[in-house]
Amino acid sequence: MLLSRRLLQTQSVRVLARDSSSVVPLTSAHYSVKRHDFARVTELDLQEFRSILGDRVVTNASELESYNTDWLRNLRGQSTVALRPKTTDEVSRILAHCSKRRIAVVPQGGNTGLVGGSNPVFDEVVLSLSLMNEVISVDEVAGTLVCQSGCVLESLDAMLAKRGLMMPLDLGAKGSCQIGGNLSTNAGGLRLMRYGSLHGSILGIEVVLSDGKVLDLMSTLRKDNTGYDLKQLFIGAEGTLGVVTAISVLTPPRPKAVNVAFVGCRSFEAVRQTYLMAKRFLGEILSAVEFMDAASMQLVEKNLALHNPISPQPFYVLAETSGSSDAHDKMKLDTFFEYIMKENLINDGSIATDYTKLRNMWALRERITEALTREGVTYKYDVSLPMAVMYDLVMETRQRCVSMAKCTVGYGHIGDGNLHLNIVGETHSKQLLQLIEPFVFEWTARHRGSISAEHGLGFKKADYIYYSKSKEAVNVMKSLKQLFDPQGILNPYKTLPQQ
Amino acid sequence: MSGLRVLVGCKRVIDYAVKVRVRPDKTGVVTEGVKHSMNPFDEIALEEAVRLKEKSVASEIVAVSCGPKQCQETLRTALAVGADRAIHVTVEGEEYEQLQPLAVAKIIAKLAQQEKTDLVILGKQAIDDDSAQTGQMVAGILGWPQATFASKLLKEDGYLKVTREVDGGLEHIKVKLPAIVTADLRLNEPRYATLPNIMKAKKKPITTLTPKDLGVDTSPRFSVLSVEDPPQREAGSKVANVDELIAKLKAVGVV
Repeated sequence: MLLSRRLLQTQSVRVLARDSSSVVPLTSAHYSVKRHDFARVTELDLQEFRSILGDRVVTNASELESYNTDWLRNLRGQSTVALRPKTTDEVSRILAHCSKRRIAVVPQGGNTGLVGGSNPVFDEVVLSLSLMNEVISVDEVAGTLVCQSGCVLESLDAMLAKRGLMMPLDLGAKGSCQIGGNLSTNAGGLRLMRYGSLHGSILGIEVVLSDGKVLDLMSTLRKDNTGYDLKQLFIGAEGTLGVVTAISVLTPPRPKAVNVAFVGCRSFEAVRQTYLMAKRFLGEILSAVEFMDAASMQLVEKNLALHNPISPQPFYVLAETSGSSDAHDKMKLDTFFEYIMKENLINDGSIATDYTKLRNMWALRERITEALTREGVTYKYDVSLPMAVMYDLVMETRQRCVSMAKCTVGYGHIGDGNLHLNIVGETHSKQLLQLIEPFVFEWTARHRGSISAEHGLGFKKADYIYYSKSKEAVNVMKSLKQLFDPQGILNPYKTLPQQ
Repeated sequence: MSGLRVLVGCKRVIDYAVKVRVRPDKTGVVTEGVKHSMNPFDEIALEEAVRLKEKSVASEIVAVSCGPKQCQETLRTALAVGADRAIHVTVEGEEYEQLQPLAVAKIIAKLAQQEKTDLVILGKQAIDDDSAQTGQMVAGILGWPQATFASKLLKEDGYLKVTREVDGGLEHIKVKLPAIVTADLRLNEPRYATLPNIMKAKKKPITTLTPKDLGVDTSPRFSVLSVEDPPQREAGSKVANVDELIAKLKAVGVV
């Protein structure tokens, strides 16, 4: 039984109102983790940082709070300095210095991660990429974008929209997350099934290594088979192998016609069949398929006053199509609906006839997280599972926790085999947590699933890696870490298990 | 007592959520390839008609739309939401570009007479031209009472009790039938068209007519001189202290 030896208290999440008087407990007090033997930042280090960055060195305690605290307000570090470079050269000089002095560094983008991967655990220096937000070039014909890694995803998408292009990924945190962070966590999101993962859509990167050396892997080429594809190592490495400073990404054409259908199914088997038929009938125009259960719908109705566009059903499926011709897409949707209604796969459904209804339908799915945080203390799990058994995990967990939990909900990117399982308790409860963990991880491992489909390992799940990867695999990962960062100063305590 | 025959106007407009762009020649806005949908106030009008039918106050709902063939899409949505029949008054090209509220009002008035309508429900205004005239003009042409900016509607005997949203608050009036009602935002929350009804709507009839068939002259009564963007919003500026604030306010003549 591989229970994280680091966990002292509950791993639950309570998103409190952004009220400065509510203090988030220190990560180092909350979890059993030992500080590695890094150097501590001295006045001389600060002088060096100031000589590189001028006044872009943050040492004010109250300003540092937002760098130290994670988005879920669950973890808090004790960094005394945050650095805000504007150029790759500045990042290079910072890392060269930190490497020389053996000072640990946490690269930070939008600070929207859900596993504590971008916050300090102790006094690591925060390296914020937020000021590196320049767009370098856009090639409308080729469909490529080159920009610094601190660009906010939503801003990039809005800029691209004016040129008939779009970013190949979309997620709830779009208003704050940065593309460098997306890359470093191999973010998935709502449209992965249509545009693929970042492993495919990232064309090139510029990354600064732990000793300050700049590794230029920049390219806007679609095809380049010259040697090992090094950039793939950094995609999803969560800032532990290098600091990404610029990226080049494929930008697909922005669809002219977007349609959303919201249907109700009587069983998860019907959900699966509906998804299969969606692929068959909508094929190349299908851009997203999401599912949510009745419990999720009840929460968004109750806590956010959203309205179910159809009658109450055990399961709901949202299918989005994106194409270049509305008439063509509507025809395909018609045929799809006729079929699934004739075959009785759905009990009810609706299609958005205008953009406002379209956004309302998406809101039902995208705002479940928000509805959960208003319900109580949420225990979040993000797993990949074979579709046939996906909802069984929800049912079994619900059954296990029925006496202690307020509710258990399941929803997610069914198109990607990714389930978001959330259990809500009235208060932080060790007993409830023990009912959930390691049950959920063991269940997932038994079905050869992934214990972190898209959120990454960060700080919270580093020790659980063995549920989804073999010892041999993890040993190779450790060798690579040693190769790229022999002193271990890049984002320590994260991603790979402590041992 | 038999139910009311209701006529509902369903205008096809640029979707509410689309960012409208002015044409470079300043003659209008870009509509080519832009998402269109039913005028939101007309959705509310239609919803009210459907609710009246569900309460057995109305017996038949006829939806009408004036414009090019794409209006049939709007009418199919109306049929899916609950209209029984639809009438598409075909107006194309130049004639459509110049179609103004007076012409539409004449068309609707003529249809109301032909269909022996008891109640005409229109949206209070269209979100593209914001004229807010059509309902009022129909009432004038037919000599029927008008209850505009309705936020509540009730039928009592041969009358309609309507609550109107006015600047000072709410006004409660009673109108005799037949009448015109124009729907305001808070009248109701429109339902979504559900799939079974969308499928059924395909079999409901849409009659096609032209303004000429109704003897209506659609020639415009006013011409649009130009369409322009609103002035760019200027960035604000920070002041260092109160004295500077006062000086700046004085400079623009505000104090």
